[in-house]
Amino acid sequence: MELPSRPSELNVVLGGEAGQGLQTIGLVLARTMLAGGLHVMVVNEFMSRIRGGSNSVTLRAAPHAVRALSDRVDCCVLFDRDALARLRGRCAETTVLIGDPKIFGGIEGMQPLPLHELSAQVGGGLHANTLVCGFLVRLIGWDLGPLETALRRTFSGEIPLEKNLAAARAGWESGAPLHGRFPLPMRAALPDRLILDGSQSVALGALAGGCTFIGSYPMSPATGVLVHLAQQAREHGVVVEQAEDEISAINMGLGAWYAGARALVSTSGGGFDLMAEGLSLCGAIESPLVIHLAQRPGPGTGLPTRTEQGDLEIARYSGHGEFPRALLAPGSPEEAFACTAHAFTMADASQSPVIVLTDQYLLDSLCDLDPFPLPETAPESRIVPTAAGYQRFAPGPDGVSPRGIPGFGTGLVRVDSDEHDAAGRITEDFATRTAMVDKRLAKMRLLQEELAMPPRLHGPAGYRRLLVGWGSTAAAVIEALAQVPLAQTAFLHCVQVYPLSAVLVAHLRQAARLIVIENNATGQFARLLRAETGCTVAAQWHKYNGLAFSVEELIALLREEEKR
Amino acid sequence: MSEHPWICRGCDVAWCPGCGNHGILKLVAETLAELRLDPQRTVLVSGIGQAAKLPQYLNTHYFNGLHGRALPPATAIKASNPQLTVIAESGDGDMYGEGGNHFLHCIRRNPDLTNIVHNNMVYGLTKGQASPTSQRGFVTPLQVGGVILESFNPLAVALALDASFVARAYVGNTGEARAILQAAIRHRGYALVDILQPCVTFNKRNTYQWFAAHTAPLPDDHDPADRVQAFARACEEEPLRLGIFYRKEKPVFEEQLAAYAHDLRPLFERRVDLDKLAGTMRAMG
Repeated sequence: MELPSRPSELNVVLGGEAGQGLQTIGLVLARTMLAGGLHVMVVNEFMSRIRGGSNSVTLRAAPHAVRALSDRVDCCVLFDRDALARLRGRCAETTVLIGDPKIFGGIEGMQPLPLHELSAQVGGGLHANTLVCGFLVRLIGWDLGPLETALRRTFSGEIPLEKNLAAARAGWESGAPLHGRFPLPMRAALPDRLILDGSQSVALGALAGGCTFIGSYPMSPATGVLVHLAQQAREHGVVVEQAEDEISAINMGLGAWYAGARALVSTSGGGFDLMAEGLSLCGAIESPLVIHLAQRPGPGTGLPTRTEQGDLEIARYSGHGEFPRALLAPGSPEEAFACTAHAFTMADASQSPVIVLTDQYLLDSLCDLDPFPLPETAPESRIVPTAAGYQRFAPGPDGVSPRGIPGFGTGLVRVDSDEHDAAGRITEDFATRTAMVDKRLAKMRLLQEELAMPPRLHGPAGYRRLLVGWGSTAAAVIEALAQVPLAQTAFLHCVQVYPLSAVLVAHLRQAARLIVIENNATGQFARLLRAETGCTVAAQWHKYNGLAFSVEELIALLREEEKR
Repeated sequence: MSEHPWICRGCDVAWCPGCGNHGILKLVAETLAELRLDPQRTVLVSGIGQAAKLPQYLNTHYFNGLHGRALPPATAIKASNPQLTVIAESGDGDMYGEGGNHFLHCIRRNPDLTNIVHNNMVYGLTKGQASPTSQRGFVTPLQVGGVILESFNPLAVALALDASFVARAYVGNTGEARAILQAAIRHRGYALVDILQPCVTFNKRNTYQWFAAHTAPLPDDHDPADRVQAFARACEEEPLRLGIFYRKEKPVFEEQLAAYAHDLRPLFERRVDLDKLAGTMRAMG
C-alpha cells in the first residue's frame, strides 16, 4: 500500500469513556515522546461527567515544536463503540483505526489490539492504558526505552511499575504488524525539559509571584490551580481554603491582602459573576488582588468542560462604579506562568485588581517546555511600617498611597467600602469624593504604561495587514500564518487586553486592514479595540462551538483572505 | 463616653439618640480596655448597616467591607496573621440575612474570632423593613400584613453547627453583657455574641421596656458544656434567656492550616523560597 507523503509528525487521537484513564495515557505518551527527544502537545477534551460519556485525548508529536491543535488524525485508538461514532468525523480515509476485536469485530479496516485479553494476561484491566502506549511506540518504530523512562517517572512503587513495564512490552509486541508505520526519529532527550499543563503553569506563576493565600470555590476549569496550590500549601507556606461560595472567596482574598498576604482567587465565569461585588470593593478599598478567570462557554452553566473566550467583557466591565483594573491573557504555558507572576507585581504596585484570563483549552493542554525562568529575588509586597497618624489613603504619586497593614508599625489601618477620606473614615463631602475618584483613576497610568505587558508581533515589521488575537489562540495563528504567509501580514498577540498600552495602539494604527480572531461569537476584543481606539476592524474570525481553533481551520481562513 | 481612650474623639456618630448601638459601642470599648488589648493588634471587621458603623467610632484598625461579608475577610485576616485579635461585628440583617451562608460556614471553620451581632429585629439603615430575626406579625411598610416568616434563631443554628461559643446578651444589662463579651474575646475559637438592642426609630414593638420584660438570665444550674440543654434553652421564646449558652474547646481553623505546620510567622513576613520552587517545578513536570 502506498502511503500519502506526510511531514514527520504524529497525530493520535484516543477515545473512550471517562474513568478509563485517558488523561494518564496522554501524560505517559507525552513523557515518552519527550524521552525520545521529540516535542509534544496533548489536548484533553472531555464531557462534564465523572464516568461514562465519550472523551478524547489528542497527541501531537514531532521533531519540531508543536503548540497547536491539528485536525489531522494519523491514528485513532478506540476504547469503546461510542468513541467510534464520535471520532469518525475527525478521521480521514488514511487514518489507522485501532480497537479491540472483542468490541469492534467485523468492522472493516480496524487494526486489532486485543486489549481485554492482553491486559488480563498481565494482571488486569488497569494496564490497558499502558498496553496502548506500548502498541503506539511500535507504530513509530521505537524500542521500549523512552516508554520505560516515562513509566518509571509516572508510576511509583515496584509492583505497579513492574506490571506496567510488562504491559508495555505486551502492547509493543502486539504492534509488530504495524511496526514503523508512522516513523518518527528518536533522539537524545533535550536536557531539563518538562511537561506541564496550563493549570500547573498558573499555579507555579502564582508561587513565583509570591502568592501566600488562595481562597476559592471549585469550578471547572479553574479548580486545577486551587488543587495544585493546595498540594504546595505545606512546602511553600500557602494558606489554602475552599470557600463556601465565590462571594466568600473574593472577600477572603481582600481580607488576606489587607493583613499582608498576597492572595489569589481562581474561578470561572459563573463564579466570577458572583464576585462582581467583591471586585468593586477591591476598587473602593484600593486593595491589590489577583483573580484567575478560567473561561468556559456560557451563558448559564454552558459547556462546563469546554473552551471559549467569552468572558472578556465581564472581566472588563463587571463591578459597579469606576476604578482601575488590568486584564492579562496568556497564550502559552510560559505566558501563563509569566502573566500570573507579573499580575502579583502589578496588583501590589497599583493597589488594584488584576485578572488573568485563561481558558479550558490552555489549562487542560500539556506540552514540553523549558523550566520557567524564576525571578532573581523573591518578590516582596510594597508594605510600609505605619506611624501614628497614618492615613491609608493619603495622596501619593500616580494615586498610590503607601500601604500599611495591621500589626506592622504604630499607625492604624482603616479601610471602608463607603466613600472615605484619606484616613479611611466615611465621608459624604463632595470635594473629597471628587479627589478620591481622581486618585483612584490616576493609578490606571501605571497599568497602562510602566507595568503593562507588551503585545508580541509575529511577522514583518512593515506589515499592512494585521491579524489580532489574545489568549490561547496565539499558537494556532502563528503556525497557520507560517504555512500560509500572506504578503505584508503580521500577527499581533495581545498578552494584556486591558488597558491597551501605547505600543499596542501604535501597532493597530499601522495596519490598513485589521482582522480580529477570537474564540467567541460576537467579537468582544474587537469591540473593546473599537471602543478604546476608534479603529476599524475589517474582519472578525470567530469560533464558538466549545473547541479551540485548529491550525487547519485558520489556514482555511487565511486562504480565503488571500483570495480577496 | 467620648472620653474613653478606645472611642474616637470628635467622630460624627450617625446613630439616633437613644439607639442601642451607643450602649454597645461603650460596652465594646470598655471590654477591649479591660482586656488590655493592644489597639495596634486589634482589627474590627464589619459589613454595612447602622451596627456596621461601630468600628468607625473606635480607635483601632478596621475593615469595613460589604453588606453581609464581614466574616470571610475576618477569617482571612486571622488566617494571614494569627497574632491579631479579630472581631467581626454587624447587625442581624447583615450577619443572618445577606451573610447567612458565611455565618454557617464560619462556624464550621472555627477561626479564633469574636462575632458580635447587634440584634434589634429590624432593618434600620434601609428604614424599617423586617429582618431575619423580626417576630411573626411584626408590621412594617414592606411587610404590611405583618411578618409571615419564621423568625431566625441564631443561637439554635449556631448550636446545631456545634459552634464553640454561643451567647446572648442584652445591651440594657451592662454588667452581664460586658462579662459575656470578655469571655467571648478570651475564648479560643469562633464565639457568637448575639446582643439584643432596641431600635428606637423603626421598631416600636421590641423596645427597652419590652426587652426588660421578656428577657431573663439563664438559670443558675445551666451547664454550658451541655449542648442539648443549651439547644433547649436557645429554643425558649418566653423569656429570651441571656448568658453563655454553650462553650467548647475545639481545634482552631488557622492553627490547622498546612501553611503554619512548620512556620508560625504571619504571611507578610514570608518570601517564596526560589530554590525550593525550582525543585517543585521539576517535580511537577
